[in-house]
Amino acid sequence: MKLQDDVVTLAHGAGGKASRALVEQVFLPELDNPLLAPLADAALLDVKGTRLAFTTDSFVVRPLFFPGGDIGSLAVNGTVNDLAVSGARPLALSAGLVIEEGFPVADLRRIAASLARAAATAGVAVAAGDTKVVERGSADGVFVNTSGVGVVAPRVQLGPERVQPGDRVLVSGPIGDHGIAVLAARGDLKLELDLVSDCASVLRPAQRLLALGDAVRVMRDPTRGGLATTLNELATGVSIVLDEQALPVRPAVQGACEILGLDPLYIANEGKIVAIVAPEVADAARAALGRRAVVIGEVRAHDPGLVLLDTAVGGTRVVDMLVGDPLPRIC
Amino acid sequence: MKFVDEYRDRTRVQSVQRELASLVEPGRTVRVMEVCGGHTHAIYKHGLGELVPPELDFLHGPGCPVCVIPMGRVDDAIALAHQPDVIFTTFGDMMRVPGGKRSLLDAKAAGADVRMVYSPLDALAIAREEPERHVVFFGVGFETTAPATALTLLRARTLGVPNFSVFCNHVTIEPPLRTILEAPDSQVDAFIAPGHVSTIVGTRPYEFIAGQYGKPVVVAAFEPVDILQSAAMILRQLREGRAAVENQYTRVVRRNGNPTALAALAATMELRDTFEWRGLGWIERSGLKLRSAFAEWDAEERFTLPGRRIADPKACSCGKVLVGAAKPWECKVFGTACTPERPLGTCMVSSEGACAAYYAYGRRS
Amino acid sequence: MVVREGDTATAEVAGVRRSISLSLCPEAQRGDWVLVHVGFALATIDEDEAHKTLELIEELGEAW
Repeated sequence: MKLQDDVVTLAHGAGGKASRALVEQVFLPELDNPLLAPLADAALLDVKGTRLAFTTDSFVVRPLFFPGGDIGSLAVNGTVNDLAVSGARPLALSAGLVIEEGFPVADLRRIAASLARAAATAGVAVAAGDTKVVERGSADGVFVNTSGVGVVAPRVQLGPERVQPGDRVLVSGPIGDHGIAVLAARGDLKLELDLVSDCASVLRPAQRLLALGDAVRVMRDPTRGGLATTLNELATGVSIVLDEQALPVRPAVQGACEILGLDPLYIANEGKIVAIVAPEVADAARAALGRRAVVIGEVRAHDPGLVLLDTAVGGTRVVDMLVGDPLPRIC
Repeated sequence: MKFVDEYRDRTRVQSVQRELASLVEPGRTVRVMEVCGGHTHAIYKHGLGELVPPELDFLHGPGCPVCVIPMGRVDDAIALAHQPDVIFTTFGDMMRVPGGKRSLLDAKAAGADVRMVYSPLDALAIAREEPERHVVFFGVGFETTAPATALTLLRARTLGVPNFSVFCNHVTIEPPLRTILEAPDSQVDAFIAPGHVSTIVGTRPYEFIAGQYGKPVVVAAFEPVDILQSAAMILRQLREGRAAVENQYTRVVRRNGNPTALAALAATMELRDTFEWRGLGWIERSGLKLRSAFAEWDAEERFTLPGRRIADPKACSCGKVLVGAAKPWECKVFGTACTPERPLGTCMVSSEGACAAYYAYGRRS
Repeated sequence: MVVREGDTATAEVAGVRRSISLSLCPEAQRGDWVLVHVGFALATIDEDEAHKTLELIEELGEAW
């Protein structure tokens, strides 16, 4: 889509088409280089034969503290996960905080503790950091940026170009937990439900999956924009056909989506892996990804570039990429 | 989920598919129009178009209340949002609809305090929480939604809330149905009547379609089995040479509708002489406005609005699509100059519009 | 619908709870299923009618 706006709107932050347009038409023309060009979850740098994965992410979630996590754990896991699905073992993270004047130190301590716990669980150190303070009103409490670097083992080759017709698509567990949990925690829609964000490190399942070798084509962690957006990014030269009845969705997420008119396919996750693997390792991949993992679809040769859904009643529909934003400030 | 899953059951769907196959006359196309955004959405979401015999053609009428709001009225909303000390509240799906140039989302980006609410009661609650600001609620929707606004107005009056008003753009279902039936290029053989509007208005308002125009009408629920069964009921009527109003949504819709809701509407609102529907033009006695007794809570009384009329672009074929005379893909600008990101016309504007639904769910190479 | 306090009630589906107004549906009782739209219950769901609709469809199934 062509960027025609002269101001940035919340739609540009949703992770969908508008976000992509912003990146491709504002930043790429200036920054374009072969390291950035793939626009994958992490850049791959070659340092004398060793490949390093390098990634960055900023976190602006509101509310800062939500069931299942907070901006601290989110910031660590988000970056660890981008490294993990790029096939890397995380080496170190940096954390930069922009804090609003008047923000309670007690809350900052909670966030720091949470950052530390998440880093320890993921087995990575926060090796560098920075803090800045801005005037009241210039930040919403606190914004966090984390960058991460990791080592990619020599044999690992991952990327959407490796995906072939016949491959299977898997997801490691129920979708939409994070987005709905955060939305409910905001309070303005006045929904009460028992749901926690799935915010967690996916390093271990990613590493187990990588052990299956070449048969693993690509992995992603589907965050803002949901599973649908991630799959659309992966369907290059092929189509991905999903089985609606196979999609894992918790009842609370399904219920909230029915009430709000949302589709779980477009809701953010923060602790999931979507993987595309060769059909012969589908069972092993499921085992590697954990007990809630499930095969949700297949790669086909027809309708290249499209993500399709075989509906529970026997019809088929297209699952397009997200345009604007059903839920702002989820990540 | 109870009352949902049973109506999505594949075995049941297959039963109704077989019935549909037995009721069509090979080679004779039957055009069934639904006039409810919820039905448009459900048909596409579940891929029902493929599940019916080729002789059955679903047409999508002007059932999306978001889509039919004229651009000039969206600009009025934006003007309200930019008023000092105004908190402009709206349902989520109105936020991305562009007016002449910008949408409410753009206005928010430019500094207007625009907030998404789930219910008009939430907007009233904000007004009570923020007495220094004035809260305007963007009332959009057919008779399903208008009673909620009506009740909120009654509550505002009971509580004596001074800093709340409604920008009323509610519309009624019967007049556009007449417009469609009267349109010279209209090709509709039967109607699937809106399920939720009917919980309020009952089934009686549709009797003129069968009585005066001789076309079958079935009030349908929203799950796949319901929609397919309703189509089967229509085909049965056509086969038997009947034209009547039948109710498939008996679990929720009663013939007289919801008298409490109708009374609340009558107490707070009245029909405008005429109201502009995007894509359909001016339709008499089809739009609702607040009664003078509620002037204090009427945003059009409390504020002066630009009130400009902005015509749809010449390339726009929405008028034809809305009466079933053209399909989305037959419009010259579909998918090119007119996309969900940059909609030119009403059918592309909300995810429940015919063109938007087809673009999002139906487009294959 | 799980709890009723005068005009308002808590509605629940699949574990998700929301406060709703019963002003348009005063006859609703605890345990009833209701159709909810923009924070209001619009109508109660008649379980008998729901069953009748499903039976009609089952009969079709048997005919084939």
